[in-house]
Amino acid sequence: MAQIFHRSTNALAQLSIYGAAFVLAGLGYALYTMSRSPLMTDANIAQRQPVPFSHRHHVGELGIDCRYCHTSVEESSFAGIPPTATCMSCHSQIWQNSPMLEPVRASYRENKSIHWVRVNALPDFVYFNHSIHVNKGVGCTTCHGPVADMPLTWRANSLQMEWCLECHRQPEKYVRPRDKVFSTDYKPPANQLELGGKLVAEYKIQKLTDCSTCHR
Amino acid sequence: MVTEPLRTLLEIEPEAPIIGPGHDYASVTDKVSAIVLTNKTPKGWFVGLAIAFALVMTLMAAVGYLFITGIGIWGNQIPVAWAFDITNFVWWIGIGHAGTLISAILLLLRQKWRQSINRFAEAMTLFAVACAGIFPLIHVGRPWLAYWLFPIPNTMGVWPQFRSPLMWDVFAVSTYATVSLLFWFVGLIPDLATLRDRAKNRAAQIIYGMLAMGWRGSAVHWHRYETASLLLAGLATPLVVSVHTVVSFDFAVSIIPGWHTTIFPPYFVAGAIYSGFAMVMTLGIPVRRFYHLEDFITMRHLENMAKVLLATGLIVAYGYGMEIFSAFYTGEKFETYMVMNRLHGPYAPAYWALILCNIIIPQFLWIKRLRTNIPVLFVISLIINVGMWLERFVIIVTSLHRDFMPSSWGMFRPTQWDFATYFGTIGLFLMLFFLFIRFLPLISIFEMRQLVASENERAVRSH
Repeated sequence: MAQIFHRSTNALAQLSIYGAAFVLAGLGYALYTMSRSPLMTDANIAQRQPVPFSHRHHVGELGIDCRYCHTSVEESSFAGIPPTATCMSCHSQIWQNSPMLEPVRASYRENKSIHWVRVNALPDFVYFNHSIHVNKGVGCTTCHGPVADMPLTWRANSLQMEWCLECHRQPEKYVRPRDKVFSTDYKPPANQLELGGKLVAEYKIQKLTDCSTCHR
Repeated sequence: MVTEPLRTLLEIEPEAPIIGPGHDYASVTDKVSAIVLTNKTPKGWFVGLAIAFALVMTLMAAVGYLFITGIGIWGNQIPVAWAFDITNFVWWIGIGHAGTLISAILLLLRQKWRQSINRFAEAMTLFAVACAGIFPLIHVGRPWLAYWLFPIPNTMGVWPQFRSPLMWDVFAVSTYATVSLLFWFVGLIPDLATLRDRAKNRAAQIIYGMLAMGWRGSAVHWHRYETASLLLAGLATPLVVSVHTVVSFDFAVSIIPGWHTTIFPPYFVAGAIYSGFAMVMTLGIPVRRFYHLEDFITMRHLENMAKVLLATGLIVAYGYGMEIFSAFYTGEKFETYMVMNRLHGPYAPAYWALILCNIIIPQFLWIKRLRTNIPVLFVISLIINVGMWLERFVIIVTSLHRDFMPSSWGMFRPTQWDFATYFGTIGLFLMLFFLFIRFLPLISIFEMRQLVASENERAVRSH
């Protein structure tokens, strides 16, 4: 009876078993990397907006406080997106003829909101409250990144659950004094863990890691 | 005084043969491999496959609509959040158990009569596990997130809840599927080589040749084969007991009246083997007739299986009895109400039907004349299949629909989609089985050759 397979198939069979280990490992690595990449998380991708609003200009160069626009951040779950009237509080006086700002003026004239593109969005089944974080010493830039350096705003972090838990499990690594929460150029001191531990005790920060803390 | 050798005592009442007379190595090989290597597929096979395929399409439609719409298309509604889906899951998983019992435990116990039924019983296990696996997957509502059940690195920074029996289920069932598949495949290798060597068609030669993994039947190969199959049998043996034990924990670990009992693990395992053997019979009897395999799946096989049915059926009956007894023995209001509700409540017809199917009718198997009557066996095996499905339905739905607070009571009414999904998986099971009997040897050829050898030896000895 003639051979069905050529002699070389033996080597091929052994090679494919050996190779399968690498293919599987590679596939695992690819999935691991892909699931954390900006492709999936939108992190570090500047979003196009109806008006090219620059945080770098307004916050970094002019020094406007976060709360001038995001007014409800200290009392509410939602930090607040400013109404067009907030923009016009300055832009009725300066750059009032800039063509770039025409959508803002149109919005004000016609009493229609500007449809900003949301940059930081959590999944619907997550309960999140800005006020508790701000009041317990979590700085704006801890989550939102170097906003004062963003010409167009991007999501600075993945907003994946492992990222939330990183702080919920070890808040001492991230908290800062309450009076530095809105500082955009705050740098964690060398003794962050020591200071953080003190603040956690002082502010009575609980390490809330129950499912129902966020998934209510 | 010279004592007579013990053997002659056995010869007074010789055991019924486990292989028909006049078979040799060539005839068993020809008979079994011809089913696969024939160019003329029987028409009946096409008819069967077509019916099964139509049911699979029903399953596709039902599951497709489910994914688009959500599990609201089923009758599940709080308080009955588990209904047909989990009933079917437990039923299918249970059916698989007979295959593992036949191939692993009976192998270790050196029961020769397993050799002609183990192959298709193992295939049945695999297909039943595949059908079972569908249900938890589609029950979660968002099947694309089902990987959350596995302890793999993920972006959520959490492990699955290891304290949950549902998590244990994932491990139990996936281990079961893996070991069963390996065991089945390892057992197939020598036969795949036989098919490779006998195939005339080039494509068949290559496909069977690749699957046979270079088997040449040398002594070294046989030695490795024996070691591997013994090891796998050892691995599979605890699974016969553990898988359905874990499945029963899904219920027993909760505090729902009627679920929270310690008898559940052994009672579930016995039920699993009971339903599994019934399914082996349901599949085996028509296949045996259709392919004229009466010489290989003999009356002795059927009778032995009937005895297993009788034994496990009695264990299950004991379980039903103890459920009722312990409910009253606790004197606990909710437990006793649960029993009264099963017996007299809105689902009482299902309860009494299951008692009829699982306890009363199988008692006919005590009578040898009925136990060796093939149509009777076939009908009883079907009845037990129905009874075991009803048992899971009663356990799940009657316990959930009326628990502690009358204000939270409710009723479960199945919808057409519940039925479409259930019958669809039966179609999937049958379709896989039809493909299996067409493309793989449904009886282990080399084990039948071994059987011929040992039968010849016995014949020589007794002369």
